[in-house]
Amino acid sequence: MKKSFGGLARNYQFGFSDPEKYVFKSEKGLSPKVVEKISALKGEPSWMREFRLRALTVFEEKPRPTWGADLSGINFADIYYYLRPTDRLVGSWDAVPSTIRRTYERLGIPRAERAFLAGVKAQYESEVVYGSLKEALARQGVIFLGMDEALARYPDLVREYFGTVVPPQDNKFAALNSAVWSGGSFVYVPAGVRVALPLQAYFRINARKMGQFERTLIIAEEGSFVHYVEGCTAPVYSVDSLHAAVVEIIVKRGARVRYTTIQNWSRNVYNLVTKRAWVGAEAVMEWVDGNLGSKVTMKYPSVYLMGKGARGEVLSLAYADSGQWLDAGAKAIHAAPYTSSLIISKSVSRGGGRTSYRGLLEIQPGAEGSRSHVRCDALLLDPRSRSDTYPTMRVSERRSSVEHEATVTRVGEEQLFYLRSRGIPENEAISLVVNGFVEPIVKNLPLEYAIELNRLIELEMEGSVG
Amino acid sequence: MRKIKDLKGRDRKIAKLTKSELKIENLRVSAEGKEIIKGISLEVEAGEVHALMGPNGSGKSTLAQALAGHPNLHVSGEVSLGGKVISRLKPEERARAGLFLAFQYPIGTEGVSLFNFLKTARRNQGQDSSPATFLSELKACVSKVGLKESFLKRDVNLDFSGGEKKRSEVLQALVLKPKIAIFDEIDSGLDLDALKLIAKTIRGLAEAGAGVLVITHYQRILNYLAPDFVHVLVDGRIVESGSADLAKRLEERGYQSYR
Repeated sequence: MKKSFGGLARNYQFGFSDPEKYVFKSEKGLSPKVVEKISALKGEPSWMREFRLRALTVFEEKPRPTWGADLSGINFADIYYYLRPTDRLVGSWDAVPSTIRRTYERLGIPRAERAFLAGVKAQYESEVVYGSLKEALARQGVIFLGMDEALARYPDLVREYFGTVVPPQDNKFAALNSAVWSGGSFVYVPAGVRVALPLQAYFRINARKMGQFERTLIIAEEGSFVHYVEGCTAPVYSVDSLHAAVVEIIVKRGARVRYTTIQNWSRNVYNLVTKRAWVGAEAVMEWVDGNLGSKVTMKYPSVYLMGKGARGEVLSLAYADSGQWLDAGAKAIHAAPYTSSLIISKSVSRGGGRTSYRGLLEIQPGAEGSRSHVRCDALLLDPRSRSDTYPTMRVSERRSSVEHEATVTRVGEEQLFYLRSRGIPENEAISLVVNGFVEPIVKNLPLEYAIELNRLIELEMEGSVG
Repeated sequence: MRKIKDLKGRDRKIAKLTKSELKIENLRVSAEGKEIIKGISLEVEAGEVHALMGPNGSGKSTLAQALAGHPNLHVSGEVSLGGKVISRLKPEERARAGLFLAFQYPIGTEGVSLFNFLKTARRNQGQDSSPATFLSELKACVSKVGLKESFLKRDVNLDFSGGEKKRSEVLQALVLKPKIAIFDEIDSGLDLDALKLIAKTIRGLAEAGAGVLVITHYQRILNYLAPDFVHVLVDGRIVESGSADLAKRLEERGYQSYR
């Protein structure tokens, strides 16, 4: 499996690319004309076109964030904002154009679908090219569609929720996404319905200088359950790509949503994602967020605990190697009594890579009896690497409890000597330490992903120690 | 079984050619520019138990770490195992050649269970036993050191008591079946019952054919271990070697007389 793609992305196994073949490619750069063209091509209702144009204004007005990772390398005028790789969405892998299908086969996707998924969406560049959902779930009223298809088939449902959790004004990249969004998933789970197997989406960027701006919206009605999993890969190019997604989740009373991400972008992708969940009374939202790839990641999955007894969890993992800066974390807003949040963040830095934990914890007045536990651990594999912690806490309710723990650990020579003295080679000893360190996150992943993640870490370690 | 030390002359020479053994020749070890081991020669045959005694700071642990290949120690002289020179090998290569060091201060690794750790170590030895065989073997070893099976699920050396760490080290020796096993202060932190059990288990390793080197301050474990040889290390040199009686004499008069 191991391939070499030069120095840029040692061991990155998904760095292959296909020849670019598109039925439509927008002109480079961003303008009202480009936005209108995207909307027209999609045949959208006028409210969506206007939403996009308003968002474009917000995007242009907002400055680039000056905190966090370095974003000065993004040239918004040099990006293709919309690429349509095929003119139709299909429900069978055989009907997916063969070049694209081969890509997904190399990523192991149709195989995974047969084995353990309830439904699959595959997005290639800007559009969802494949979709499926198990018949039994469809009969129970579960909707799992590409976002564009959902807008066409359920315009009222989409309009009711779209942009309500993450408005375009939220931040520059949410505004950008709102203006040029394409693809992503729409999930609707009716009250009381439990989707036993995960729904999965695969996001693949293939073209150079491409921006992928998918938009995902999940609505879990009262007492329902769904687990949504997304995986992301891209080829290795010397020019950068931009991925700016927005994910909005509504978890109604007593429902539970788990959202798992395995982000393994190649190391030329700016990954700037806004993920937020609105959580109602007695409802549970769980983010499990694994970030291995990308050049820069800025991502802080959020839980807005709006109903009494709501619970939110954010388990995140960041692995930064040479040339990578992963600025990840979490936000928990306690806006109702007896809400609870658990944030566990683990980061591993190696070869001069940089990770940051950035967190916001807010307990609003009146959220009495609320509890929050934040734990962030950093592991440094060498002295050149770096990890920082930026926690912000705003506690405005005295009758609440907040715990915060942070640790930084260096892999020690003595620790490695001990492991090696048992016959374990140095690289494997480091993998063992890293895998052990991330184990509290990994054990929350579906088995197949846990194995994959451990394997990726081992792959990263190969040839790393001289 | 007839032991090599009971053999004489030519028989002993022939036996030595065929047996696995630890041979240390004029070993010098320095750390951070300071010489700590100042020329040691020592041979440990298969089936023998040697005790290395000495006061604090005499270099006992440095010797043990140097034999296991600690990367920060500078070593001259030669160490061979079963006729193969190992003194320039990496720690993992020495382990795979059959050397085992029970650490005085075993180091923990979060999220790695003792079971996983041992499984990984065994895989690297090239011993590919089936999971079922391995597990039943492990269970037998666990009871030999007075631990419970559930202990295998705990993170290696994390939140272990002092005594549990020592038992775990001996357990690892049982599982990895080294040709030469070195125990660095295995007796510290053990109560009397544990001490007896551990001594008996280490004796068992020697009876099964391993060469054993036990490093200690105290006579007490030797009462149960009955070493075949005792060496006294003072200021980086072996100043006296003898039989088990030497340890008893040391207990009475201390290390004072060597200074």
